Amino acid sequence: MIRETSAASRLFDIMLIIFLVVISLLCILPIWYTLMVSLSQKSAAAAGIVSVWPIGFNLNSYKEIMKDAVFFNSFWVSIQRVVLGAALSFVVTILMAYPLSKTTRDFRLRNVLMWILVFMMMFSGGLIPLYQTVKAYGLIDSIWVLVLSGGLPMFNVILVINFFRNLPKELEESAFVDGAGPWYTLVKLFVPLSVPVLATITLFSIVGHWNEFFSGLVFMTTPENYPLQTYIQQMVVQMDFTTINTDPEALKRLSELSNQTLNAAKIFIAMIPILIIYPFLQRFFVHGITLGSVKE
Amino acid sequence: MRNKGFSKHYYLMLLPGYIWLIMFSIVPMFGVLIAFQDYQPVRGVFGSEWVGLENFEYMFSLNDSKVIFFNTVFIALLKIIAHLIVPVIFALMLHEVQVAIFKRWVQTLVYLPHFLSWVILSGIIMDVFSFSGPVNNLLSLFGVDPVLFMGKPELFPYLIVGSDVWKEFGFNTIIYLAALTGINPSLYEAAALDGANRWHRLRHITLPGIAPTALLLLILSLGNVLNAGFDQVFNLYNPLVYSTGDIIDTWVYREGLLKLQFGLATAVGLLKSVVGFILITLSYYLASRFTNYRIF
Repeated sequence: MIRETSAASRLFDIMLIIFLVVISLLCILPIWYTLMVSLSQKSAAAAGIVSVWPIGFNLNSYKEIMKDAVFFNSFWVSIQRVVLGAALSFVVTILMAYPLSKTTRDFRLRNVLMWILVFMMMFSGGLIPLYQTVKAYGLIDSIWVLVLSGGLPMFNVILVINFFRNLPKELEESAFVDGAGPWYTLVKLFVPLSVPVLATITLFSIVGHWNEFFSGLVFMTTPENYPLQTYIQQMVVQMDFTTINTDPEALKRLSELSNQTLNAAKIFIAMIPILIIYPFLQRFFVHGITLGSVKE
Repeated sequence: MRNKGFSKHYYLMLLPGYIWLIMFSIVPMFGVLIAFQDYQPVRGVFGSEWVGLENFEYMFSLNDSKVIFFNTVFIALLKIIAHLIVPVIFALMLHEVQVAIFKRWVQTLVYLPHFLSWVILSGIIMDVFSFSGPVNNLLSLFGVDPVLFMGKPELFPYLIVGSDVWKEFGFNTIIYLAALTGINPSLYEAAALDGANRWHRLRHITLPGIAPTALLLLILSLGNVLNAGFDQVFNLYNPLVYSTGDIIDTWVYREGLLKLQFGLATAVGLLKSVVGFILITLSYYLASRFTNYRIF
């Protein structure tokens, strides 16, 4: 790298670093602020005097959540859907990607099946038909609708197909020569060689399922079956604006009534699983983004 | 090496994935027939009366349609432009920093919002922009009266675009940073020897180096002209800002699932799917034509 030593250049470097620090803080401060509100006194939060540090530090909000069975129920629903969803999508994706990574010479219908997949990825019937279908299957209010209604994870399949295609052909051919069948080759050869891409798609599924709220809202009829994000959407985010008008006084009263510290604590707890896996996310997502590209 | 006997194993491997695809993508597609019916849920798709294009005619006669179409395209286009410019600038700035550990810290902080759901971030944003929240507190230091940000139709689209940029710009820089590391360092050294200063090198080496990536992403984003971001708008909007914030997807949700206008909502959804499909196909065609990009 070339080092610049001129005064103007040094000044530019310093300005740049200050600017980047400010931008980085802007990304993290709103999240930090939420944590601080959750640790503050209710009155301080309502008055809007909380900023970078908690005012009147206490853990009351978290103690209150500990007693909230509905919150934990939703948390548990979310955990279940993440585990089921990630496991199912892992198995299905690998099984699909292997045959579809073949050439038409080895697997005649490969291109036809691939085009069906790509067409389905770009075209959907829309919300209402999906709702009617799920209803017809009798899956309303079942955990399986949360796992399945997002549809086949086609993006993941394509990512893994591209990864498999970049593996050296000779490996597979020598396995076949040694008498290995396609199942053995997939499980013992392809899967171990594809750990980075498989980690990436698994993290995709985990984050996707944890963050998804809409199928919970549409397909779950009893609030006890809401996943955590839907619970938060309903309890915290969706404010009933129909009861207020543009009168600032009315809005002020409403914000005093709403339990800001408790809501902030719920939001923060819902973030914790993502924060825990964040180091892995960073490592694999960054690779994952460039992983899908076709190298020829 | 021919492995004719393997085909049946390949079909078996594809079976679970295609069952999932058929049940949750292909079967719902037949539900779009509702768009051509006066659909009554008790009678089902087969018992409801066929009305031809009546739903579509009614849709075009509605004033709502023009509003939601305009809002959708307006927000989506602003997002496309912002998502093109901001990440490029940020990547270029980060690229100029030579302290590796500082760079890593900045990246760790700015990628984080990407992984959080719009439910969570909306809760945070509404708190930050609330009447007694930090933004209004900050403005009051400059003598500005508190603003009801979430209830101002003239501000809402920009708030949507701004918060979307805040969430995604960091993550979107990854692909540009990858392109930047792909530039041959000897180009910089040769240019420096020839007396090129920092600006010359930026203008003549760095920018041309990432231009193909920017072009590709721009072309691919054309497929998103009708996607203004359902999750985000749904969690941030309220009746006060319907005039500028209501988009096709949110309207379909309210009209279809809350007001039970199944035929009409499906018709709007179908039209959006068809136009979206054409746009995506066109963008992939352009991408493969001009930048040798391939999805698989």
